[in-house]
Amino acid sequence: MSGRWSRWIHRWASPPYFYRASRPWGRVFAVVSFVAIAIGLYGGLWLAPPDFQQGNGFRIIYVHVPSAWMSLFIFVFLAVCGLIGLIWRIKLAHAMASAAAPIGAAFTAITLVTGSLWAKPMWGTFWVWDARLTSELILFFLYLGVIALSRSFENQQTGDRAAAILAIVGAVDVPIIHYSVDWWQTLHQGAIFRGNPFDGHLHTTVAPSMLWPLLVMWLGFMCYFGALVLWRARSEILLRQLDTGWAREAVGAP
Amino acid sequence: MTPRRQRMFMLAAMIVAVGASVFFALRALHGELLYYLTPTQVAEGRAPTSGNFRLGGLVLPGSVRRRPGSMTVRFVLTDGHHSIPVVFTGVLPDLFRPGQGVVARGDLVKGTFVANEILAKHGPGYHPPGIHSRYNAPHIPGSLPGGTTALVTRP
Repeated sequence: MSGRWSRWIHRWASPPYFYRASRPWGRVFAVVSFVAIAIGLYGGLWLAPPDFQQGNGFRIIYVHVPSAWMSLFIFVFLAVCGLIGLIWRIKLAHAMASAAAPIGAAFTAITLVTGSLWAKPMWGTFWVWDARLTSELILFFLYLGVIALSRSFENQQTGDRAAAILAIVGAVDVPIIHYSVDWWQTLHQGAIFRGNPFDGHLHTTVAPSMLWPLLVMWLGFMCYFGALVLWRARSEILLRQLDTGWAREAVGAP
Repeated sequence: MTPRRQRMFMLAAMIVAVGASVFFALRALHGELLYYLTPTQVAEGRAPTSGNFRLGGLVLPGSVRRRPGSMTVRFVLTDGHHSIPVVFTGVLPDLFRPGQGVVARGDLVKGTFVANEILAKHGPGYHPPGIHSRYNAPHIPGSLPGGTTALVTRP
């Protein structure tokens, strides 16, 4: 790794520095997230036209699809944190993963619940055991497994490593969920983005007037995750390092 | 080898091992984890000889017949190459319409699929009314893209 990157990473990996420096970033993410979700909801619920076949019922897409993207993104985030924590022994990476896992589990739960509520009026059933729904449900259990594993050992370090390995191995479910609708015959419809973004053949199945609020909602959800994970990670490292001078100073303990 | 390199190799080996086993598992499952069978797959003899299975396809436009005064509906499910007549008594999903994708559960009785449940399988297209999109109908494997519009206008 080149010197500049290495210095940058090591500075941010220091808990006291992270604790101080992440606070303004958390606020920026929180403000952007609030504005984006407000615009996205207004665009999705009022400005976007009704769908040709689902009428107004399609509008649950503005929560369901960004949540589903977040559920996949956050699991990849856990796996990357796990790799960094295991290889470079950066404790902050484990604290970040620990902070992110419940947020990811919540987005997965939102995906499953909104999907179920959407499926009943449109498909005619709350649940089917097709490859897409089943692999997303497995992702939810993987999140619960990561959360449980990291808290199952007396020694935090052992828990962190066990959870990191499950996150890395479990990340194989992410491409399976993404490609499930192409690899197998499912009741769930195909992806709304198709093609390869790198060769210029990316196209979408959603009309532009309906698509932009979806992308704004996704930006809002990403920033919401950014704000929440920094906030939670700050509490997490305080808790983990309460026996150190800087942490006691930060919480105002003598 | 530094301990960090060792850890990198251990993790890389683990990822390769897990990746390879999942790859072979998925290859074995390819074409097996099917929520429904298409009329062509049924014609190939892939449907169970007894008991229920799910049949998926597009509702052939012009084939929907309702028996007056009853909840019974008859239609033809097609993937463009093979078609199977379906009979169903009950409440259809709101999205049921000619050209729509449908997954029916039931069994074949003398060439007719007697369904006891019908689910709608819509396409990934979302747009206001009045726009034609090739994503209006779901993609049924083996069928032409564009759904039944492509099927009925096919030479």
